[in-house]
Amino acid sequence: MLVGHRTWEFVQKPVILSTGTVAGPFEAKGRIPNDFDTLHADLWLGQDSFEKAEKVMFEEACIKAVEKAKLTLNDIQFIFAGDLVNQLTPTTFAARTLAVPYLGLFGACSTSMEGLALAAYIVNSGGAKYVLTGTSSHNAATEKQFRYPTEYGSQKPPTAQWTVTAAGTAIVTANGNGPFITSATIGKIIDMGLSDPYNMGGAMAPAAVDTIEAHLKDRNISPSYYDVIVTGDLGKIGQTIAYDLLQKHRIDIAKEQFRDCGLMIYRDDQPVQSGASGAGCSAAVTYGHLLNRMKKGDWKRMLIVATGALLSPLSFQQKETIPCIAHAVSIEAE
Amino acid sequence: MSDQKKKNLTPVQQEYQKFASEREIKRPIVKNCIKAFFVGGFICVIGQCIQTFYYTFFPFTEKSAGDPTVATLIIASVLLTGFGVYDRIGQFAGAGSAVPVTGFANSMAAAAIEHRTEGYVLGVGGNMFKLAGSVIVYGTVAAFIVAIIKTLFTEWGGL
Repeated sequence: MLVGHRTWEFVQKPVILSTGTVAGPFEAKGRIPNDFDTLHADLWLGQDSFEKAEKVMFEEACIKAVEKAKLTLNDIQFIFAGDLVNQLTPTTFAARTLAVPYLGLFGACSTSMEGLALAAYIVNSGGAKYVLTGTSSHNAATEKQFRYPTEYGSQKPPTAQWTVTAAGTAIVTANGNGPFITSATIGKIIDMGLSDPYNMGGAMAPAAVDTIEAHLKDRNISPSYYDVIVTGDLGKIGQTIAYDLLQKHRIDIAKEQFRDCGLMIYRDDQPVQSGASGAGCSAAVTYGHLLNRMKKGDWKRMLIVATGALLSPLSFQQKETIPCIAHAVSIEAE
Repeated sequence: MSDQKKKNLTPVQQEYQKFASEREIKRPIVKNCIKAFFVGGFICVIGQCIQTFYYTFFPFTEKSAGDPTVATLIIASVLLTGFGVYDRIGQFAGAGSAVPVTGFANSMAAAAIEHRTEGYVLGVGGNMFKLAGSVIVYGTVAAFIVAIIKTLFTEWGGL
């Protein structure tokens, strides 16, 4: 249970029973299309708004995870999920369709691991048999929410990141053959005074470093315990900063051991500037690509550090700086 | 960053910001300016061609051909926005495609398309000037100030 300041160790070893991942057309052209369960050719998913498209995408990811686990929606006790749209509209409306008890979470792009940590905690303490957790993001719905209209011809700087159109869900349960959720560290808000919403990686990097440090200290382990430490969506710049910052803090971590979900999803020739971001990014990459690599035996222990920039369009316009957070969850094969 | 803003930062924040900005990819300003110059110039050349076309083949004078020229450029820009091309040009050209009248048309069309799902009145109508509105407001304010200065000079300056 609680070890150190802010880390839970899960003694019952809850497992990720199954996952569901859905992505859009731009992700289908990316680096890891085979790791998604469903790919859509149409950004609208046949809906008449992008918010509805995101809702459908999240529903599909939930249903996929339930199907793969050979369960029905009635078996799921709770859904812990969130997204980036105002009032968690897509997730809440998806929960209406799914008719499963639901808790909405907002941690921006860190929601994926926030949900997984809470799901593991609830399952570990006997609060539920099956918990479904996941997040989604839709490029156009998020751009509309946080930035300019999608078709507006503004020039994005090289530090900008591309919001992924993807949803990722996982079903957490008490017994199974793994992958096991062994621990989780809850992040605290770190604000280094950066206010550029086009440089979220730079703003979020210290939060990721803080959570990684806290996690290692609380569990009293060295970074080499993990085969891979994956940050959520720091992108090129944020990831470089985080790596250098870890070195500066004398945390001995190898370059090939330190990766980023935001740098895995797209090819180098896709025009995404600094990489991918969005709540769906870490969820879809973790529940798709990373767990598949674990199943293949590439890695035995991984630490996922999902980072979130908790800004709002209002706080940005009022010249507030960006508060950032990172939650870490360790997933081990045995 | 201004010194005033820096004063509000803690030493840790200042140190981190220095650390981070050393690793940041900077905007290629010179390259962006050159691209903006040529793309913006190219749009103006197209505009000139259209204007010449109008007063050569239609009963317009060089002066009155301006209105149909602007209208044509606006229609072209709106179509390119609708087909999802203009934002790509914008990423390449930056200010080059934002400053001419086509950029203004793009900002209105993009907002109109974006908010169509919220209906024609509150969605399209209410949000169309979301970006363009401030251009109109400050354009009018600037014109007002310039007009006053001009009046002062011509009435009392004797120019």
